[in-house]
Amino acid sequence: MNPSPEASTNCVVSFTINGEARKLVAHPMERLLDVLRNNLGLTGTKEGCGEGECGSCSILLDGMLVNSCLVPVAQANGASIVTIEGMSAHPLMKPLQESLLEYGGAQCGICTPGMILAAVHLLEKKPQPTPTDIREGLAGNLCRCTGYMQIFEAVAKAACRRVAK
Amino acid sequence: MRADPAEYKLVSPGNLQGALSLLAREPAQWLPIAGGTDVMVLYSAGKLPNRNLIDIWNIPELRQIDVFPDRICIGGACTFTALRRDKIVSREFPLLATAASWTGGIANQNRGTLGGNIANASPAADSLPALLVYDAELTLISVRGERRVPYRTFHTGYKQTVRAADELILSIWLPRRLSGYFSHARKVGARNAQAISKVCLAALGQISHGAIRDVRLALGSVAPVPLRLHEAERMLAGKKIEPSLIDAARKSVLKEIRPIDDIRSTARYRSAVAGNLVADFLAKLAAEGATA
Repeated sequence: MNPSPEASTNCVVSFTINGEARKLVAHPMERLLDVLRNNLGLTGTKEGCGEGECGSCSILLDGMLVNSCLVPVAQANGASIVTIEGMSAHPLMKPLQESLLEYGGAQCGICTPGMILAAVHLLEKKPQPTPTDIREGLAGNLCRCTGYMQIFEAVAKAACRRVAK
Repeated sequence: MRADPAEYKLVSPGNLQGALSLLAREPAQWLPIAGGTDVMVLYSAGKLPNRNLIDIWNIPELRQIDVFPDRICIGGACTFTALRRDKIVSREFPLLATAASWTGGIANQNRGTLGGNIANASPAADSLPALLVYDAELTLISVRGERRVPYRTFHTGYKQTVRAADELILSIWLPRRLSGYFSHARKVGARNAQAISKVCLAALGQISHGAIRDVRLALGSVAPVPLRLHEAERMLAGKKIEPSLIDAARKSVLKEIRPIDDIRSTARYRSAVAGNLVADFLAKLAAEGATA
């Protein structure tokens, strides 16, 4: 194959990560997941399947829930990224954490960061979700421990807690 | 084995002309990537044959939905989320909005695109039967110009299409004249989200004076390509829906489909389900279609 003159092996990528502007040099096809974990040390984002099936690597990219294993880092140039590390001050975080503890919605913890980001993405759009909304909103996030009911109940309770405030 | 990113190139022209020029210069070497929900899976597994990729995610012309009096025009890189949120798509093309809701989970709907689903050309893709029954047309574009292709002629074999290596799917056109039809979509799979269909159905029908005036049936995962059931449609046209007609429709469906055994299901199961889905649709059309 002939190399194309436009192509370069590395690119400079700038984005905002959890509110902080960052610039780094990377191969454009590196998975955003690997850049987050290896280059930026943000290991709260987990790798499960690595093929977009399990949701463990979920992050918010310009406010959209995405699987970071399926995003080439070059496509994150100029974006605003939120990972689980950036969620601590989010108003939904306290009710979600309390509810997950109360219902036993987190066990081994691998799915939990992705579950929380999927739940936040859902609750920001639908503050009072129906049980069907919750099941659909979390359908892309797999959990091998809980059997899901505890997580669904925790998200429903978190929505009530937040509305009550 | 996992792919080494250093062996791949990804160029982001940011505009349509830039992408088309690059595709024209070395057409067989560059693979377009939009949301990456198919391409990145192959890449990560080390199974992507192309080493050079063109980013078409951030090209504005590919992300619009335009509404005209007689049709709508969906940009090739519109996401499933965009389709679900669009009011005209939800109201007038419910088979497509429903199929978009079955595709992956929310995260994949935020990145997966209709043009990507078409170009990837999986016979199991949930959105493709809907495009068949709505008589979709595609506009393909290259530096050589634009051409219109009826979607029903796009797939020529398993994962084979008429798209040339230097072409992009610019837009998907849907005529609005079918919006008054009774519509029914059904996916049979391990679960709705994420799991790929064992069989999926998109169907439209109209009843007039107690008989079928027009019916359109398409199935996914029952042949090397998404399949419109033309013979069954012809057999049903003009007839009153009764148990004997439903039996005849089942037999006709079995003659048209060519299901296989694979990791998700068996040919025998798919045949039984395909017949049941069409029978179920006809029963619903008889019960509810007259007032639609």
